[in-house]
Amino acid sequence: MFAEFLQYLLSGITIGAIYALAGLGFSIIYNASHVINFAQGEFIMIGGMSAATLTAAGVPLPLAMLFGLAAAMLGGVLIAKFTIERARNASVVTLIIITIGASIFLRGLAEVVWGKEFHRLAAFSGDDPIAVMGAAVLPQSLWVLGVALVLIAATGFFFNRTLAGKAMLATSHNRLAAQLVGINVRGVVLVAFALSAALGAVGGAVVAPITFSYTEMGIMLGLKGFTAAVLGGLGNGAGAVVGGLLVGIAEALGAGYISSAYKDAIAFVIILLVLMFLPNGLFGKRGTERV
Amino acid sequence: MLGRVPVLVGLAAVIAVLPLVLTNNFLLNVAIIAGFNAVVCVGLNLLIGYAGQISLGHAAFFGLGAYVSAVLVGTHGWPPLPALLAGAAFVGVLAFAVAKPILRLKGHYLAMATLGIGIIISIVLRTETDITGGPDGMVVVPFEVFGIEVAGESMWYWVVGALLLLAVWLSLNLIESPAGRAMRALHGSEVAAETLGVDTTGYKVMVFVLSAVLASVMGSLFAHYLGFITPSAGDFFKSIELVTMVVFGGMASTLGAVVGAVILTVLPQFLTAFQDYQHMVLGAILMFTMVFMPRGLLPTLEGLITARRRA
Repeated sequence: MFAEFLQYLLSGITIGAIYALAGLGFSIIYNASHVINFAQGEFIMIGGMSAATLTAAGVPLPLAMLFGLAAAMLGGVLIAKFTIERARNASVVTLIIITIGASIFLRGLAEVVWGKEFHRLAAFSGDDPIAVMGAAVLPQSLWVLGVALVLIAATGFFFNRTLAGKAMLATSHNRLAAQLVGINVRGVVLVAFALSAALGAVGGAVVAPITFSYTEMGIMLGLKGFTAAVLGGLGNGAGAVVGGLLVGIAEALGAGYISSAYKDAIAFVIILLVLMFLPNGLFGKRGTERV
Repeated sequence: MLGRVPVLVGLAAVIAVLPLVLTNNFLLNVAIIAGFNAVVCVGLNLLIGYAGQISLGHAAFFGLGAYVSAVLVGTHGWPPLPALLAGAAFVGVLAFAVAKPILRLKGHYLAMATLGIGIIISIVLRTETDITGGPDGMVVVPFEVFGIEVAGESMWYWVVGALLLLAVWLSLNLIESPAGRAMRALHGSEVAAETLGVDTTGYKVMVFVLSAVLASVMGSLFAHYLGFITPSAGDFFKSIELVTMVVFGGMASTLGAVVGAVILTVLPQFLTAFQDYQHMVLGAILMFTMVFMPRGLLPTLEGLITARRRA
């Protein structure tokens, strides 16, 4: 009974960690540019596909991950530079369509490079489950949790303790004022996209042994990441991480106890219920509209 | 901006002349599907372009209409027209019930909520296999009303063409009516519109329900036209496709929504020539059209023409 609960909880935290990374990526880009980047899931896909296909070709795993990271970051910077920067004054919907165009482009590119079939990546340190109080944990889950924890801590350190990170936060609060004190506000958008792409790509590589890699793997992961970011309150990084874990856990418990067929619907039911009572998410700023 | 009469006459002329060029059933079929998309987009444009409320889940209403018709006609033996009306009523009530709580949300939060509703409905359509046939879909009999069966590409072409004219006429009239002015006012500034006595919530709910019902009716007809319906008719990708058509063609332009729907229905047919590269090309076209014409195709072109006339 308890072992079963623990099993669901652990698998929920594992996938929740990936949602948290994706949600954090949404938040960073939202803060820098007020754009919802629907290509976030594609960064995850690039990380997962690079790791799976390059290791299959004989490249050592760390090098394969590094390549995926570099490819995703390059993709992110190019999107920021050639589309988001140029369309900065466009409406919310237009910007959404631009990032959707980017995601279709990246998926199309991935189909050309890697094909449409599923690719398997071996678990980083074997498939022998570890017994924890009656539940079985795959070593890969520990990899996912460990890597996510390090990335989230590093992101927190960057935004709270370094000058570059603080400059980015300042820009998100007031772009004009930040520009007046000498912050390169254009660079901020590029860095935000690179950072989000990096979080996504590494997350994609560590989760690939659990989910398989294929060109459409990023779609649902990206949408759940968006849900996590909105649940925590858009632009609130810590909120996105909490949101991601909550979504992952709720999904695993719901799939285990209620219905596995409706697993993918659970995240969206939660977000609708939360938004009905808290229109700015769990930890979002409550503001009044100025005219 | 063109006036109402030239737009309607021009559109009617294009619809009337087009069959001379569309000489085989494949081309007619593409035109009919473009017409279906165009009618749904005219409705969606009222919501997104004029009232300024985004919906990333509108295909769900299209899919629900299609499935209510398919189930009532196929499983329960209803005649097609009452089934279509029942679908429209069901979707109308559903849209009304969800509209009030979610239309309080703004911007990206509204995008999230509508996306969520769309995905939940599409998962239900896919999962309730006993009723909907699941991912394999359902067979739907041809549409029949007053003993006349609508069948064959050329007959459907005229039906969809007439519906498109009707939808454009209604949309153009609505925009110029007091309700339309109220909608545009709340798009400009909700607070300002409210202080002037506009019932902003009421109008937002009205236009949301209207566009959902229009999508449902077209979904029902689409199911009869294809003779077959699968859950993909109402999934997330279809929703995104519809929004993209509206924004691509030009928000707050009824004709723009039609042009966007036609181009983005026809374009993928041509892009198959690029074979493996077709998705890359489609993505690139979307990105750069929106970067260089953020207001969409038609308003940007209209702007260019007006500027040239003044010069």
